[in-house]
Amino acid sequence: MIINLINTVLLLIMPFLFVGTIKKTKAFFAGRKGASIFQPFYDFLRLLKKETVYPDVTTWVYKFAPVIIFSSVIFASLFVPMSCGMSIVNVPFAFVIFSYVLGFGKFFSLISALDTGSSFEGMGASREACFSTMVEPAFFILFASVIALVQINSFESLKHLVFNSGVYGYLIIILASIALFIMLLIEGCRVPVDDPATHLELTMIHEVMILDNSGFDLALITWASAIKMFLFASLITSLILPSGLPLWLNILLFILCIFSIAITVGIVESSMARFRMTHVFEFVFVMSILSLLILTLSTYRIYGGV
Amino acid sequence: MNWIIFKKNEKINALDIKTLDIRQIKEDVKKFNFRPVGFFGKQEFENVRLYVVLADDKKGEFYVTSALFSKEDKTYPCFSDELPQFHLFEREFYEQFNIEPVNHPWLKPVRINQENYEFFKMQGENIHEVSVGPIHAGVIEPGHFRFMCQGEKVYELEIMLGFQHRGIENMMLKNPSNRLAESISGDSAVAHNMAYSEVLETLSDTKIPEKAEIIRRVALEAERIAIHIGDMGAIAGDMAYLPGASIFGVTRTLIINTMLEITGSRFSRGLINTGGVNYDITNEQISKFIKTLNEVETTVRRTTDVMLKTSSCISRMEKTGVVSQETIASLGAVGMAARASGVNLDSRFDFCDILYKKYKKQEFNGQGDVYSRFKLRYKEILYSIKILKDLLEKLKNNNDILSVKPERLSSNSFALSITEGWRGEVIHIAITGKDGELIRYKIKDPSFNNWYVLSMAVRNNGISDFPLCNKSFNLSYSGFDL
Repeated sequence: MIINLINTVLLLIMPFLFVGTIKKTKAFFAGRKGASIFQPFYDFLRLLKKETVYPDVTTWVYKFAPVIIFSSVIFASLFVPMSCGMSIVNVPFAFVIFSYVLGFGKFFSLISALDTGSSFEGMGASREACFSTMVEPAFFILFASVIALVQINSFESLKHLVFNSGVYGYLIIILASIALFIMLLIEGCRVPVDDPATHLELTMIHEVMILDNSGFDLALITWASAIKMFLFASLITSLILPSGLPLWLNILLFILCIFSIAITVGIVESSMARFRMTHVFEFVFVMSILSLLILTLSTYRIYGGV
Repeated sequence: MNWIIFKKNEKINALDIKTLDIRQIKEDVKKFNFRPVGFFGKQEFENVRLYVVLADDKKGEFYVTSALFSKEDKTYPCFSDELPQFHLFEREFYEQFNIEPVNHPWLKPVRINQENYEFFKMQGENIHEVSVGPIHAGVIEPGHFRFMCQGEKVYELEIMLGFQHRGIENMMLKNPSNRLAESISGDSAVAHNMAYSEVLETLSDTKIPEKAEIIRRVALEAERIAIHIGDMGAIAGDMAYLPGASIFGVTRTLIINTMLEITGSRFSRGLINTGGVNYDITNEQISKFIKTLNEVETTVRRTTDVMLKTSSCISRMEKTGVVSQETIASLGAVGMAARASGVNLDSRFDFCDILYKKYKKQEFNGQGDVYSRFKLRYKEILYSIKILKDLLEKLKNNNDILSVKPERLSSNSFALSITEGWRGEVIHIAITGKDGELIRYKIKDPSFNNWYVLSMAVRNNGISDFPLCNKSFNLSYSGFDL
């Protein structure tokens, strides 16, 4: 019970700090002082106070989409293991629900972008849809292999990986962490896939889809995408953090781990250029290949070699 | 000889310029195989006189002649069908004087009356049209871009400009001033002001002190260095390569702040006046400037080295926005854009500027992609720093006067000045009337030649590569719009 409470609080607060830390890291590498890591939260409050403007051409889809996007992300987050490797709601095969609830939200963000009728937003939607379809199979292969290996059919299987499978477990943990990190970069629209800081409409992916959103709607959408990144970071932490520690140590380690993932994202963004759109696919395929490797390893572990 | 051959900054009698038949001119142009630098009309009562100015880059000479159109004469056989370099010049002439080049492939308005223009259309189920601007998401100038794409691939980019048309050429006739020349294009303030001053000094036979000549070139090279560094930073920023963007940004500030200390303006506005320059550079400032330049050189070298070793940067720039040497030659592109594709035009050396005599023109074997334009900027920065240091050494303990009072403009004269700004050749042509008043003033910014090259560069690239291509050229909107 108390863990659920703590997890809920973390879920609502940490995404802002996650984004704030990425920005702070980037500022550090650019030789700037940078805004405080609470800045995304201040921005959120500022947006809440602003009026929402709707383009004349849009329909109800556009008005409902932000709420649906946000609630889908919140709903999906109930199943994700956070501190202590515990999720708020623990059901079998939660990763299927997780993936498709997020997919539902993404579908609405795509059609709300198309609803504006702007040529940029359509372009952004097509790019986003394209990359998302490539994330999905990799995600399922990864989790199916882990579950088959650990024989526990929920998200919490992640934390049992270490105990169950010895050296294969460690290998899978390393590969899965990298694959999930790439998913985080794709779903969070970070460099080298997308550039969240650019003002160039033609190169944007996620940002261009929300060009017309404002006020409360924009606040919800930015919060939702921050939470989404946090969720993928949580999945990584539950892979690598040991369980069975005292509660306070577990929570502390979790928070530290989330911050170090944020700093890693910042370092990646500061040290490389964005890929050309056609090369992004190669990057996305790395993730798929990692998932297939995990599948191979777990099959080998379960059925033995030929 | 039907053509008058002259050098830059050489006054010729406007009445000596022959009047030829327009067909004869076309034949001559084809025979000479020179580059057009001026193709503009001038109202003479009811008639229109068309001046054609060509540049011979090998010898550093210009050729001029003219044709006369009477009131009834409203058409002529176009040049562009055989000489594509003329296509924009002819469109401009048609727009200004309503004399139609027959068979012109594409008589699109250049700057005005664009409301009813029909854009190119592509047919097909998968074709989609993306139009950007004239108002953009960043703080940049207005320009309208229309892409015909299939998926992410661009087939055709059509550019519409003219949103900043201020009528500078006509303003120059009523109220010529250095401040007006500086406002033609904000990032080439020195180049335009220098071209303007030189053309007026030529027309009024004013000989300016050598010290002023040196200070002008100091400002010109400083402008080149500053803008090139800024653009390299902007290219890095467009690729989302953070260290490049921030370090180049800081380095550019070192240069423009030095100009601020000397001239009171970061872009050296107000430095150059007809007859000389307004501000001196003291010995103290010179040694500080040289120290800054050394610092800048180290930083630029180091940052570029790191960038060109980062594989993600190279893969983003290489083979993006390729312009072939043939395209450059047939479209008559100039300046940095031409040099990056291996067409080595540099008016500082081609038209023998006396102060650049001891330097050799740099050879650059570019492929014409974004990478080449990036690398060329780097090379030009280093070369300019070298030239600038020598110029500053010459200024040490030089107690020459700064400026002389310009004389009255002589009557019925024609003069041309050419200055290599960072983007390419800036050409100003002025013609005076019988009382020494300006009756025609023609400005050609390098952007005028180069905007169409950008269209060609984007063809068959991804639409998300456009901002990077655009930044690698960084053409001027206001310099084109005038």
